[in-house]
Amino acid sequence: MKDIALHILDILQNSIGAEADEINVEVVEDPKKNVFMFRITDNGHGMSAETLEKVTDAYYTSRTTRKVGLGLALLKQNTEAAGGRLNIDSEPGNGTILTATFAHDHVDRPPDGDLGGIMAITLCAHPEINFTFTYNTPLKSYALSTAEIKKELDDVPMTTPGVSKFVKEMMNENILNVKS
Amino acid sequence: MSKIKSLDDLRKMKADLKSKISLREKGDNVEQKVQVKVAMATCGIASGAKQTMEFFMDQLEKRNIDGVTTQTGCMGYCYAEPTVEVRLPGNDPVVFGNVTTQKADEIIERYIKNGELVDGIIPVNYETIDDNE
Repeated sequence: MKDIALHILDILQNSIGAEADEINVEVVEDPKKNVFMFRITDNGHGMSAETLEKVTDAYYTSRTTRKVGLGLALLKQNTEAAGGRLNIDSEPGNGTILTATFAHDHVDRPPDGDLGGIMAITLCAHPEINFTFTYNTPLKSYALSTAEIKKELDDVPMTTPGVSKFVKEMMNENILNVKS
Repeated sequence: MSKIKSLDDLRKMKADLKSKISLREKGDNVEQKVQVKVAMATCGIASGAKQTMEFFMDQLEKRNIDGVTTQTGCMGYCYAEPTVEVRLPGNDPVVFGNVTTQKADEIIERYIKNGELVDGIIPVNYETIDDNE
């Protein structure tokens, strides 16, 4: 994965696969505490302790279409290479909380990437799921949710051409503003 | 600094979006639209599926094609990512491999617009004579 946004896009597929209908993505950037963190919380199926032990193993996957599962393994590798760690909390029936941290000043921390872009395509491809997104820095924060977008759109479906592009631009402009 | 976009701007866009739907909408029946599904698993994302998906969303709109672009999981063709499944109304779905934006352009122009088959099809859903019995 080239950047952190692509990791988030990848991990979100796990939450979607677990049939979550509430997915929360929180990004925290705090250069003073030397932290860059993202946390994905879902109310999907969750995993047993036994499964949890195996998920970051590249040769474990719940899929039947192939024998490897690299998503979490790659994320773990990238966090650890950048002075951080990957933590996953889960219980069957109670959803999953995944936290990935990176040392903010670490030279190997991947770039943020197109956070607005990955959120927009995921939101618009899954209108049935309520996504919430927050980007927090010590001074400012930005939040957006599927529910808010739906409220503005009213009877216009999320999949209408042009919605995704607008959401992407809006999110990226706001994130940039929060970071400044 | 120029003004940052907000949800208010989205509300203002609504009339415009609505006019687009009424032009296209045939009773909101997905079966009558071109359906594009981009495989969005680790293998796809690492190979550029995000760019491919954004390209399809953007270009279907620009070229005035009534279609929906959505995501799907890995189909086991990790060697050929990004893979894209295209279903034209009334047809069986066709899966294309190695869909870069360049390939995506060819798929839109030739397959989606004209129904011509283009290189790069992964034969996943062929029927044999036995199936038809």
